[in-house]
Amino acid sequence: MKTLKNIFKDYTVPCIFILLGIIGFLISGLSFKMVINDLIERLGRNLFIVLSLIIPISAGMGINFALTVGAMAGQLAVIAVVVMNIEGIGGTFAAFLISVPISIIFGLIIGFLMNKTKGREMITGLVAAYFFSGIYQLIILSLPINNPIIGVEGGKGIKSTIDLGIIKYSLDRFPTYIRVLGIKIPLFTLIICGLLCVFIWYIGKTKLGQDIKITGLDIKTAEEKGINVNKVRIIAIVLSTVFAGIGQIISLQNIGTLSTFGSHEQVGMYAAAAILVGGASIKKAKFTNAIVGTLLFYFLFIVTPKAGANIFGDTQIGEFFRVFIAYGVIVVALYINNKKNKSY
Amino acid sequence: MTQKNNKKENMFAIFSGVIIIIIACVLFKKGTLIDFLNRVGMNGILVLSMVPTIICGVGLNFGISIGILCGLFGGVLSIEIGLTGILSFVFAVFVGIILSAITGILYGKLLNGIKGDEMTVGTYVGFSMVSLMSIAWVILPFKSPDMVWTIGGKGLRTTISLENSFGGVLGVFGSIFIFILLCILLYGFLHTKTGIAMKTAGIKPKYALNCGIKPDKYRILGVMISNIFGAIGILVYSSGYGFLQLYQAPLMMPFAAVAGVLIGGATIKKASVLNALLGVCIFQFLMTVSTPFINSIFSDSSLSDSVRMVISYGVVLFALVRQGGRRIK
Repeated sequence: MKTLKNIFKDYTVPCIFILLGIIGFLISGLSFKMVINDLIERLGRNLFIVLSLIIPISAGMGINFALTVGAMAGQLAVIAVVVMNIEGIGGTFAAFLISVPISIIFGLIIGFLMNKTKGREMITGLVAAYFFSGIYQLIILSLPINNPIIGVEGGKGIKSTIDLGIIKYSLDRFPTYIRVLGIKIPLFTLIICGLLCVFIWYIGKTKLGQDIKITGLDIKTAEEKGINVNKVRIIAIVLSTVFAGIGQIISLQNIGTLSTFGSHEQVGMYAAAAILVGGASIKKAKFTNAIVGTLLFYFLFIVTPKAGANIFGDTQIGEFFRVFIAYGVIVVALYINNKKNKSY
Repeated sequence: MTQKNNKKENMFAIFSGVIIIIIACVLFKKGTLIDFLNRVGMNGILVLSMVPTIICGVGLNFGISIGILCGLFGGVLSIEIGLTGILSFVFAVFVGIILSAITGILYGKLLNGIKGDEMTVGTYVGFSMVSLMSIAWVILPFKSPDMVWTIGGKGLRTTISLENSFGGVLGVFGSIFIFILLCILLYGFLHTKTGIAMKTAGIKPKYALNCGIKPDKYRILGVMISNIFGAIGILVYSSGYGFLQLYQAPLMMPFAAVAGVLIGGATIKKASVLNALLGVCIFQFLMTVSTPFINSIFSDSSLSDSVRMVISYGVVLFALVRQGGRRIK
């Protein structure tokens, strides 16, 4: 029989967030139905990216902050699709296909860097994300553009926001527009996320999955067992990067506009915060963590601006507050994790 | 092993030396020496602030934004009181030092709880503090018409002109003087008994413990010094720049400072005052010269921004990779 105190001890971070969310919800005075509606939409939009964090965590590489790099690959693919003008669900799947090779190349580079810096993967990923952000900007800016849809009219360069009308809601509303009790449900997107969960579960059963697990537990043992540790780690990162690219496309088709220079920047951080809120640690994560975390984190995300507006009379404060929460949760979660792993 | 390392180090030094020479040629032709000195004076202390944390074993201090925010708060307070000239600068530095010493101790205690992940956590502590202070800039009841939004009369502006307070009071040589003075002070400190104990604690914590040195205590001290330097650094920077930048501006400042000290040949484990001095010179050389140079190649200002971004993050990444992984037990 678990006491309340024990539950709190085991799931400190999720419990704090449930409390914060409920307080925020009460202050914001938003209608319950609207919040649920938003929440389901956000779930469809972000779950896939959050799920892509799981494999590197189980490979012992910590949280993959270089997720951003995969998101960039996804954005490049989306731009390509807009240029080729492929409409509807076909366009989205074309974007998936185009993003995969780009993600693999980026992922190989990130994996190589992380193998060079074992034990410091997280900070490497963080800096690598900013580094690739610069390279991404260079690629984007040096593209020769004569396309009226993405180029600036009568000038040089690319628009800073691109309208994705041609693929908007192509997944969410496939095959039709589904509403249950007045709540919009992006059924097909959720099915795709489910497939990824199944895939992650399946990989855990294969030999590769076992190798990943052993590498995550102890590199030394893994080496003694004859596992090619570096290769396993690179595979984990490449998979994560590929999923991040696909996830970014999914979220973009929901948002409907691409901010060429900014869409990818917060992806890694929000995903990391979400999975940590869900009770994952930097050593262990399951897809329930991802799902619970995404729900909780975005629940707070939806209510804080309105709550901030109600308390301080300023929406901007709510905006700052939720960014503070996102960064803060990463600090708190890493701190708690480290305390628990003190034994080593 | 050591020989190999030395070889690497030498290669790096020669590499940077060549860059200096090339750049110096261009620089003297263009006659932008004053601009360069100004930049060195402005950024020098921020780069120097990385040295104490590296020496005491914490690694690169990505959370220097905390010190920066303390400095900014001091500046804002000094404008609010209505001080002018050099007095306002001294007051701002005074407040900045007190606040950053307190926050530095707290931050140091936090970092002692997460040994091994200081850099990752430091980055996020810095980020979250920037957001928290953004809320504070809006809420705090400042009244001075120099700083508050004209419309609405509530909340501070994103950039505050220092024309009426300490903007430019130091001059180019004043800021250089402060930078050099702090370099000498830090150098002197590192050769006192406490300084040597701190070094030992940084290099071999277990050995230090056997010698009766408490590594945790010296780590906190190092972080505190670094934080104080951050506060002084941002005030000198703002004074030279002529504006206080609030809200999201301090978010990415640590990375520039980190890149600066790494270019000077420091690693995550080893740094000296000389590294900071050399690093800030090379980095600012690069920045001073690259702006017209890159602009002439790409003829697009946003491109040169991204080139600069690639260079400075590339340096940090390179340093991380060069250092290699933590040894696995």
